[in-house]
Amino acid sequence: MSSVTTLPATKAYSPSRVGERLLSFFTWAMIAYNMLPIAVMVVFSFNTAPNGHVALKWLGFTLDSYKHAFAIQDLTGALGNSLEVAAGSALISVILGTPLALALARYKFWGKTLTDIVIFADIAAPAVVVGASLLALFLTLNLPRGLLTIFIAHVAFNVAFAVVVIRARVSGLDRALDRAAADLGATPWVAFWTVVFPLILPGIIGAWLLCFMLSIDDLIITTFVAGQTLTFPLWVYGATKIGTPPQVFVLSTFVFIGGVLLALANAALSRKRESA
Amino acid sequence: MNATSLPRHDVRLENVMKQFGPWVAVNNISLTINGGEFFSLLGPSGCGKSTTLSMIGGFETPNSGGIYLGGEDVSRLPPYKRDVNTVFQSYALFPHLDIFENVAFGLRRKGLPKAEIQNRTHEMLNLVDLTNFAKRKPGQLSGGQQQRVALARALVNRPKLLLLDEPLGALDLKLRKQMQFELKRIQNEIGITFLFVTHDQEEAMAMSDRLAVMSRGQIEQVGTPAEVYDHPATEFVASFLGASNLIPGEVTARDDDITSVKLEDGAMVKLPSTALKIYGKSVKIGVRPEKFQIITGTETPEPGWNEIEAISGVSVYLGVSHQYVMTSRSGRQLSVYEQNSGRDSPLAPGTTVRLAWNPAHTFAVAYDPTKADGE
Repeated sequence: MSSVTTLPATKAYSPSRVGERLLSFFTWAMIAYNMLPIAVMVVFSFNTAPNGHVALKWLGFTLDSYKHAFAIQDLTGALGNSLEVAAGSALISVILGTPLALALARYKFWGKTLTDIVIFADIAAPAVVVGASLLALFLTLNLPRGLLTIFIAHVAFNVAFAVVVIRARVSGLDRALDRAAADLGATPWVAFWTVVFPLILPGIIGAWLLCFMLSIDDLIITTFVAGQTLTFPLWVYGATKIGTPPQVFVLSTFVFIGGVLLALANAALSRKRESA
Repeated sequence: MNATSLPRHDVRLENVMKQFGPWVAVNNISLTINGGEFFSLLGPSGCGKSTTLSMIGGFETPNSGGIYLGGEDVSRLPPYKRDVNTVFQSYALFPHLDIFENVAFGLRRKGLPKAEIQNRTHEMLNLVDLTNFAKRKPGQLSGGQQQRVALARALVNRPKLLLLDEPLGALDLKLRKQMQFELKRIQNEIGITFLFVTHDQEEAMAMSDRLAVMSRGQIEQVGTPAEVYDHPATEFVASFLGASNLIPGEVTARDDDITSVKLEDGAMVKLPSTALKIYGKSVKIGVRPEKFQIITGTETPEPGWNEIEAISGVSVYLGVSHQYVMTSRSGRQLSVYEQNSGRDSPLAPGTTVRLAWNPAHTFAVAYDPTKADGE
């Protein structure tokens, strides 16, 4: 009898069950690690809060904090500022970032390498350095610190991220599509709005979301340039020294849910666009 | 649409030159394509055919020379102002638009009334047999269907000229054959001038009314497929279009009708003087492999035919023919195809035979014996 036929020849090629389970376990562990602090925050937003401070022990379920979610005017105002700055600076960032991304992804021009370096430096620079230098700039220009300077600072650090995200989308775009549009009678302006823009829109929305999150999140740079104006992170950071009111958890939960909804909507939208 | 009533426009290239840095991609070519013609630019990759197409489409600007479309100089117009449409090699369909909108794209840019856009788009989808796919996205179509969408999207604009940039290259063999007929049918039906670029000589021969063979940025020959195949003007054309046997020789006598050439192995052959468009003494005589008749033993060729001696070598059986590699008396390899209608069994290797052919099936190209014998 030939020994060759008795060899379990397929063994080496069958996917490993153990490996597959290990991978899936690892993925879920990673998700749990990332989500646990947020879950704790959401859960404790339903905790009873004696004397208007969050307790670190479970004292019983209540919706009180949600009923009085906007009771602290300063905090609500700070969140309003944050949302305004985040939405606005993200919008300005993608408007500035889209042509930059197109230019960098598609054309060779004088100063391209320098622009690349500046964008990389903008992302890599420590927030303390960016914040301090922006403050120095605003002082030199004699610009009163407030919402406007926060806005300018956030655009300054968001543009780089917007460019990186949108550029990735532009790079994946077939240049022949531009030729085809021109061939069919579209001027470069019309070709951009009918072909290029719709196709890079998911990237632009993604960039907007990222900028929004980075902006609403920022503490360090904002600290330098805020003056007397408070944003949500600044208020919360100040409050931790004297005890956090439960409204912080509630509003944070709102921000988190808002972010998740936006991300889901974007994913659903781009899926629909690509398949249907 | 009464297709045959569409006006037909000719295309003229005059001394067109295109350089990329030191590299001359298209070197001073002139060409006239007649209105309503199916014309092919044929050549190996890098010969300048695609650059020529790009210049006609408006994607490249010639360094010098002029491109005339229906008599109008368009060489400096941007692509969106030219009455030319292109079927791209990669199809370049807009992935975010459905098939209807892809086809209607050009009409919308012209700002035509809605009803006319509807009508013309549906008419064109009908012509390429894709009416049921109007609401699909390009990603949901097969390669052949995408190809037809690309064609419809270009033709719906009723351009003066349609450019096709190797549009069948991505299709498998069977679909390619089918699309060749389809393209021919559509071109007959609507009568627009087609300029087809390909490196596939069989495709170019099958589809074109006339074709131009390009090499190294220049046009080697222009003619109908039969002219170019039967009477190639240069050695490059002879070897690029099908197989050919080229044997060096010297012209010994020439009158108005017949030219005599002494081949390198001493054999004397004749060819019509009209086939000899060169005036040097040194020539290469060319014979297509299927023009040879194999003669063995005491058989005699048709009277007046040319004849050389050869020794048969290995053969390959291809159903319709036997293909032999033979060796001439001077040691030159010859390719010989014999129709599968005569002999029962192939010639044994080593058999001495005579190869005869009709002088009318002989062509001649220039030969410079001082240069190395480039095959």
